[in-house]
Amino acid sequence: MNRPGTGDRGPGTGNSGRGPETPAGGRKRVAVVIFPGSNCDRDALAAVEAAGGEAVPVWHQSADLAGCGAVVLPGGFSYGDYLRAGAMAAHSPVMAAVRRHAAGGGAVLGICNGFQMLLEIGLLPGAMLMNRTLRFICRDVHLRVERDDLPLLKHLRRGHVLRLPIAHKEGNWFAAPDVVRQVEAAGAVALRYCNERGEIGGEANPNGAINAVAGLVNREGNVLGMMPHPERRISALLGGSDGAALIRALVEAA
Amino acid sequence: MQVEVRVKLKEQVLDPQGEAIRRVLAGLGYAEVGQVRVGKLMLLDVGGDDPGAVRARVEAACREVLANPVIEEFEVRLP
Repeated sequence: MNRPGTGDRGPGTGNSGRGPETPAGGRKRVAVVIFPGSNCDRDALAAVEAAGGEAVPVWHQSADLAGCGAVVLPGGFSYGDYLRAGAMAAHSPVMAAVRRHAAGGGAVLGICNGFQMLLEIGLLPGAMLMNRTLRFICRDVHLRVERDDLPLLKHLRRGHVLRLPIAHKEGNWFAAPDVVRQVEAAGAVALRYCNERGEIGGEANPNGAINAVAGLVNREGNVLGMMPHPERRISALLGGSDGAALIRALVEAA
Repeated sequence: MQVEVRVKLKEQVLDPQGEAIRRVLAGLGYAEVGQVRVGKLMLLDVGGDDPGAVRARVEAACREVLANPVIEEFEVRLP
């Protein structure tokens, strides 16, 4: 895909407050789905607004995405993580609309619990196991950008290192060996856990995920799932703005 | 009838919870315990008298939601 000619303002610059506009002059609409137990929905709504989009809360019982051009499945503990993280939410009525939206090429960003849902409904490959340490891990991690040629990743630079927080107990990505090979061959890994120098392996992998997978894209590149929380890092006041470029790209893709 | 659904991680999937339990057992002197695997047991009260039909329905539910085929396998037991 082509990169827009506007150039990268880079992490740390935040956004100007003037977002991308639709041809009609209105702001681009991004749905944030709220499940019982979501707890990052307000952060996601605020991040979309800060990136210049119109954030639209959509209840999980909704049959559609309120005409939005992009959708966020936010983090949290939908249905208390009962059965498996994301398993119950995967069967919420709104997920049929999310599937249709994705099948039509619409942008989907699943964050943390939202990533787990995307795995459960099969839009992304693999499944999450409990972290290797068996602990809930809530801290900053470093992430190496592996793809920058897709609309949702266009403001990132391949090989650059981001710093974003994680907060999960089931983030240990697993897939059968043949699936892992397919994922790697397809370039489906968007983000990998790394150290501050961008090196993979050892203690830099917080949860034991195979090949340090922290984020995946589908083959078409319109569905991105990631365990780290970009919506929590959109301003220096919140400890950094490495997440702003992802949210901005999402709004632009709406 | 009450139907038992057992869900466990596939053999080739590492079970960190089971490994932690094995280590605790070894520390308590149960050195003879080898691998430990942790699974889920669900008891479903299901309407219907035809065991074959009940089994088919419960197995469908397992495939649809109760187990994740990427990492888990299930077993359905009827009374």
